[in-house]
Amino acid sequence: MQLGRAARWVLGGVTAVVLALIYLPLGVVFLNSISTSESLSWPPPGFTLEWWGRALQSEGALHALGTSVLVALVASAIALVLGTLAAMALSRHRFFGKESVNLLIVLPIALPGIVTGIALNNAFRTIVGVQLGVWTLIVAHATFCIVTVYNNAFARLNASGTRLEEASMDLGAGLFTTFRLVTFPRLKSALLAGGLLAFALSFDEIIVTTFTAGPGVTTLPLWILQNMFRPNQAPVVAVIAVILAVVSVVPLAIAQRLTAKDAQAVSR
Amino acid sequence: MQKSLPRTALRAGIASMAVASLAACGTSSSDSGSEALESLGDTEGSVSILAWPGYVEDGTNDPAVDWVSSFEEATGCMVEAKTYGTSDEAYQLMQSGGYDVVAASGDLTLRLVAADLVSPVNTDLLESYEGIFGFLKDKEWNSVDGVAYGVPHGYGANLLMFNTEEVSPAPTSWDVVFDKASDYDGKVTAYDSPIYIADAAVYLMTHSPELGIENPYALDEDQFAAAVELLKTQKESVGEYWSDYLKEIQAFESGDSVVGTTWQVIQNSISTGTTDVVLPEEGATGWSDTWMIASETEAPNCAYAWLDHIASPEINATATAYFGEAPSSEAACDFRDDCEAYHAGDEEYASQIWYWTTPVSDCVDGREDVECVDYSEWTKAWQEIKG
Amino acid sequence: MTTHRVSAFLAPRRRLRLAGLLTAPVLWLGLVYVVALSALLVTAFWTVDELTGQVQIEWTTENVVEVVTEALYRTVTLRTLGIAALVTVIDVLIAVPVAFFMAKVAGPRLRHLLVIAVLAPLWASYLVKVYSWRALLSSDGIIEWVLSPFGLHTPGYGIIGVVLALSYLWLPYVIMPIYAGFDRVPDRLLEASADLGGRGWRTLTAVVLPMIRPAIIAGSIFAFSLSLGDYITTGIVGGTTQMLGNLVYTNVGAANNLPLAAAISLIPIGIILVYLAAVRRTGALRSL
Repeated sequence: MQLGRAARWVLGGVTAVVLALIYLPLGVVFLNSISTSESLSWPPPGFTLEWWGRALQSEGALHALGTSVLVALVASAIALVLGTLAAMALSRHRFFGKESVNLLIVLPIALPGIVTGIALNNAFRTIVGVQLGVWTLIVAHATFCIVTVYNNAFARLNASGTRLEEASMDLGAGLFTTFRLVTFPRLKSALLAGGLLAFALSFDEIIVTTFTAGPGVTTLPLWILQNMFRPNQAPVVAVIAVILAVVSVVPLAIAQRLTAKDAQAVSR
Repeated sequence: MQKSLPRTALRAGIASMAVASLAACGTSSSDSGSEALESLGDTEGSVSILAWPGYVEDGTNDPAVDWVSSFEEATGCMVEAKTYGTSDEAYQLMQSGGYDVVAASGDLTLRLVAADLVSPVNTDLLESYEGIFGFLKDKEWNSVDGVAYGVPHGYGANLLMFNTEEVSPAPTSWDVVFDKASDYDGKVTAYDSPIYIADAAVYLMTHSPELGIENPYALDEDQFAAAVELLKTQKESVGEYWSDYLKEIQAFESGDSVVGTTWQVIQNSISTGTTDVVLPEEGATGWSDTWMIASETEAPNCAYAWLDHIASPEINATATAYFGEAPSSEAACDFRDDCEAYHAGDEEYASQIWYWTTPVSDCVDGREDVECVDYSEWTKAWQEIKG
Repeated sequence: MTTHRVSAFLAPRRRLRLAGLLTAPVLWLGLVYVVALSALLVTAFWTVDELTGQVQIEWTTENVVEVVTEALYRTVTLRTLGIAALVTVIDVLIAVPVAFFMAKVAGPRLRHLLVIAVLAPLWASYLVKVYSWRALLSSDGIIEWVLSPFGLHTPGYGIIGVVLALSYLWLPYVIMPIYAGFDRVPDRLLEASADLGGRGWRTLTAVVLPMIRPAIIAGSIFAFSLSLGDYITTGIVGGTTQMLGNLVYTNVGAANNLPLAAAISLIPIGIILVYLAAVRRTGALRSL
């Protein structure tokens, strides 16, 4: 795009400053993870690697991480199926109540987490009459994750049009074959992006989780919340946060690469 | 439900449910179906324990913090622990069954007894019981008609903390956070829970005797209104309300707060050395927890073994030290070097503590001519105080 | 093959195909969410038994009347709305130039790096970030340290602290949809506008902004709704501040009064529904 040199510099400058501000609190977290102070006080009175050692040995954190990954994986998988179905219905069909269905998909993320949380908690315990456990948590997470998959899939389906699908059907391919060979390959990266966002959303969710996880179920955010208040555990928690942010770069980078390639292929 | 905030913060998550038990206290025990165990047999191999976070640590959170493994080795009872966040949650879980042992706070114990969810404990079968401080035994929150329903665990007071540089001379009264709060404008802190209204009531017991408050958890309309008024005035000087430990430590270390309620463990954790705590002359609110055995337990021997284990001096010392409260016996102090700080065993000190109890409409101080304000009203008032 | 037969059966039957696609998602959302939400709304008109703490099916408008008439709820609602609106505006103002730079100025390599840089902090745990803001805002924190030479002071814990921390937390959620929105604006369009003599600024306001409006609104829904229901951040950096989320939370947790909590929930639900209805036509719901 034609932009003045100055404008480019200003925009670049703004972006740089914003990124710096985004990473400033994370820098504080990193310092806390190597500070000798147990209460995250500033400035750090000294430095130590003790917390890193303790964090890496923390079975509780590892176990919570496992729970979080499991919940996020299953919830994202459910969201992928339901979100894709909904996106295909809404992008390929016209019907009465379409707007309502769209609203229905958006609602669980648009309403505040505490409302979703107490509504589901109440429904699980009194209407369904089940004990809260890991399944209630997965159902809750899947519900608010559908929208991220749906929106990504919907945008891609709209952008790619129906011509290829029609051609495939005209050539005698059945519905499922067409989906498998034509629709899905073009949808793949959008689903990946949507699925990744769903995973991230579920992974760090705390409010709905508080209300829908059973007493024995500890996801990583819940573990963090509990350990923030255990003696000497706050710096250990900081270590975990740093590790998560750093490790998350890998899936993000892979997803970025795949989506970018695919998006270009589709739009051309 | 708010399992997320552990520690005593949540003991204040008291529900009006306790009413049933308090009203029933003394009546339902006589026809209670469950009996205390007569003698011990072989252990069953496993025991399921329900407790506050930090009460049953098996080293998974911190390998250095572990008093479960030694129990498992010694008794062969494998421990399955669950934590809960509020007394209500614990009550629901106990009703659903499946737990052998529960650690209950003062606002839960009598509910469990009334619902026949826990059975009397034959303290003769517990070696550790004898050494427990007398002033913790046979109390209204752990015994009914002289029958023990559990073993005391640890206790503590909600103390007054102050910054020694900013607040001098050292205060001896809660007046620094009430009538003189404006001297520390914006740097006063208070505990963020409706139960904190009782702290104001404790203050008024001394300073407004004409109100006739006998028990800070039994307030009639007028007494309650006076306490709320006091807190509304206090709010103008409050910098922040604290509900968790870390927040309070940070605030006092940085100087954002200079005076307010605290727990001993917070004072112990502050590294700057600029703070001190005092049990003011008016007395204070506090807590005392109890280990109880489920009436439906299928592992009574393991359950008794756990009660004995957790009350034994060394283990009790470790567990209460980790949680930050006074241990339940003198012998436990041999394994702790901070007993003095917690005033463990100091009967005089313990007698100044008003242990947390659920405020209910049947006044807990025994008055029958008035109705007391119940906890749901306390909650509403607390929200209004915060505005 | 049976799939083949099913396929042959379905191919000419659009209605049936639509039903096949819609049944699962609508059933899920209907059974899980609509039922749960409706049950909550109904609960607002019930009471709690003082003795047992159990919800009782006894119809009353008491809770709702209380929420509507008492000054406490009005004050807190206005405060919450103000905070949420401020957070939303701040986030959008920051996100638009950053997203524009990412999508239209940066080269492909830098763009990938920037997307990752914006998304990575999302994984560093909400709670840890809020606590780090607590350290930043403290009276001997970094903000005070930077500002004091200029005679300025940290805002400390209070409404401003909450606004800052929330803006920080939700920023990536606002940048991403707006970035995707800019990404969808074809370069050709910008060039055409420039060729026709549109200056940079004019191109931006006349051509680009209308096109990314749905994306901006989508981002704003995130910031607005997440702020509207927050209670944890308020507890940590809010000083004595109370938001709607805190009222709901206290009533569910400490007071065990679900009906009153449900009645209070009607406020954010109403606000969000009005907001969604207002932006529905812009297509923003599809840009989340």
